[in-house]
Amino acid sequence: MKNSKTLYWRKNLSYLSLLLAVWFIISYGAGILFAEFLNHFHLAGFPLGFWFAQQGSIYVFVVLIFVYVFLMNRLDRAFDVDEK
Amino acid sequence: MDTQLWTYVLVGATFLIYIIVAIWSRAGSTQEFYVAGGGVHPVVNGMATAADWMSAASFLSMAGLISFMGFRGAQYLMGWTGGYVLLALLLAPYLRKFGKYTVPDFIGERYYSRNARLVALICALFVSFTYVVGQMKGVGVAFARFLNVSFENGVLIGIGIVFFYAVLGGMKGITYTQVAQYCVLIFAFTVPAIFISLHMTGNPVPQLGFGSKGRDGVYLLEKLNQLSADLGFEEYTTLGKNSLVNMFCITAALMFGTAGLPHVIVRFFTVPRVRDARTSAGWALLFIALLYTTAPAVAAFGRTNLINTVAEKPYAGVPAWFTNWERTGLLAFTDKNGDGKIQYLADTNRNELTIDQDIMVLANPEIAGLPEWVVALVVAGGLAAALSTAAGLLLVISTSISHDLLKKYLKPDISERGELWAARISIAVAVFAAGLAGLHPPGFVAQVVALAFGLAASSFFPAIILGIFDKRMNREGAMAGMIAGIVFTAAYILYFTPQLGGPGTSEGFWFGISPEGIGTLGMSLNFTVSILVSRYTSPVPAEIQELTESIRFPRGAGEAHDITIH
Repeated sequence: MKNSKTLYWRKNLSYLSLLLAVWFIISYGAGILFAEFLNHFHLAGFPLGFWFAQQGSIYVFVVLIFVYVFLMNRLDRAFDVDEK
Repeated sequence: MDTQLWTYVLVGATFLIYIIVAIWSRAGSTQEFYVAGGGVHPVVNGMATAADWMSAASFLSMAGLISFMGFRGAQYLMGWTGGYVLLALLLAPYLRKFGKYTVPDFIGERYYSRNARLVALICALFVSFTYVVGQMKGVGVAFARFLNVSFENGVLIGIGIVFFYAVLGGMKGITYTQVAQYCVLIFAFTVPAIFISLHMTGNPVPQLGFGSKGRDGVYLLEKLNQLSADLGFEEYTTLGKNSLVNMFCITAALMFGTAGLPHVIVRFFTVPRVRDARTSAGWALLFIALLYTTAPAVAAFGRTNLINTVAEKPYAGVPAWFTNWERTGLLAFTDKNGDGKIQYLADTNRNELTIDQDIMVLANPEIAGLPEWVVALVVAGGLAAALSTAAGLLLVISTSISHDLLKKYLKPDISERGELWAARISIAVAVFAAGLAGLHPPGFVAQVVALAFGLAASSFFPAIILGIFDKRMNREGAMAGMIAGIVFTAAYILYFTPQLGGPGTSEGFWFGISPEGIGTLGMSLNFTVSILVSRYTSPVPAEIQELTESIRFPRGAGEAHDITIH
């Protein structure tokens, strides 16, 4: 029991690190630090860095949360700690 | 019908809806009053959270700000949405499992200290109160401009409405009213945007429209860059000369501040289960994103339209909206070189046009020549945004007083009935205090709001995160960290904000970080101090370690009032 709980928590933390890495790379990376560079590329009429900063990052945030919900619901059931 | 009549009709109709919803969903117990009985569906809660979050500033000011800032405006777009990822992943599910009513509840129990609770309580009150004053002022301005009443009467009408449904309904009434308000505000924001997008690019989706070609076959943003450059402004889509570090820090301070704001966190106590808290944050962000992805489109359209309509045009031939806004003093023209034309330029010596950026959203439908009812709709939407946020904040203030201060600190033996009455009375007092402060707002409301985010990021966020993820974090560490974070952040902001009497100038900024972004450094300081102090002081008691362990697993969450330790 003790071990499975530790494993559950470790899995949770690894999901968190993965998703937060994406969160950071998209918003602070593509939207700010590398935006000037990405602006050399275009997505229709949008310079790419500008698009990430004012549109793309927000879409990615929404997707990240729903991916997390899906992963955690699956994990809760697998380790039998979900709510009845 | 003219705009005036449309405004009366639409604002009156929406207010009637709010009151009916409030009567239908009034609260009968403290649990309903504080957390709506803990039985709110996650989608409904998401919608209410979105309305709670999006204030008059998001609705009326943000698109205008972006319009004049261009690329750098993204710091508000990302800063005020990215925090929800942190909320959903790092805070909401665990706080829901913990299952109390307020943020001071968590800080007080997890750090086994009445003093920690008190520090958290004072921070929560300060943050919420500064915020609510700004909302009340927004309500007053909107009424004054569009209902032809004085500013004072506008604030009084606002107080009356909020008083009615917040006192009667508590969290339950507020939640369902906020759902109605969300529908009004999102409709009011997107409809004009769709019209303008169709008009300018032929694409009905504003999010795609501002990346499309205009009627002349040139990409809209390309044209806007060209227009801006011609007038001497920075190109719209590039960072230009602005500081990368500063933009980074402001974005981070807003994100972490969002995740530490008490009136946002408390919303996740209202859902039935831990998994609902996670889902609910996702829905909230989706509903927020609808407005936040439309706003930059509105900004780009507005900017292009504005330049096309006024730059180098003869003053004698300006459209009616120009004269209307001139009368309010928010738009002004002085013919410096006497050629009878409007010179709108980046060079302040030759520029002849000054525009208050707050008028962009309200003026946009007029600039684009949309029908009167659309303008009236925008007014109703702005009021919905201001009222919903004010109500959520007032609830946090009243809960802090009746629950955290009275029940947990001063008079623990108070009855359920007594506590409910105390909550109602304190919300009534808070409404009037906020109204009074809104009538005589200190001139530095905007600066104080920056302070609120900075303090939330540098105090609550690390204390809550460490309380969940670090079992060894103890009372001494958390207290030392919170105090270090707050003192550093507040001192920096006070020192570098002339409106608050600070002597500092922007040349003295550390690493070029402005007061808006300093919360990021304050937060890092808090984390460092907390961890260092906790490793050299007494360990956490066994029952608190068990509590920390138990909030990590969803099973047995129960309703939002008692803790189950396995």
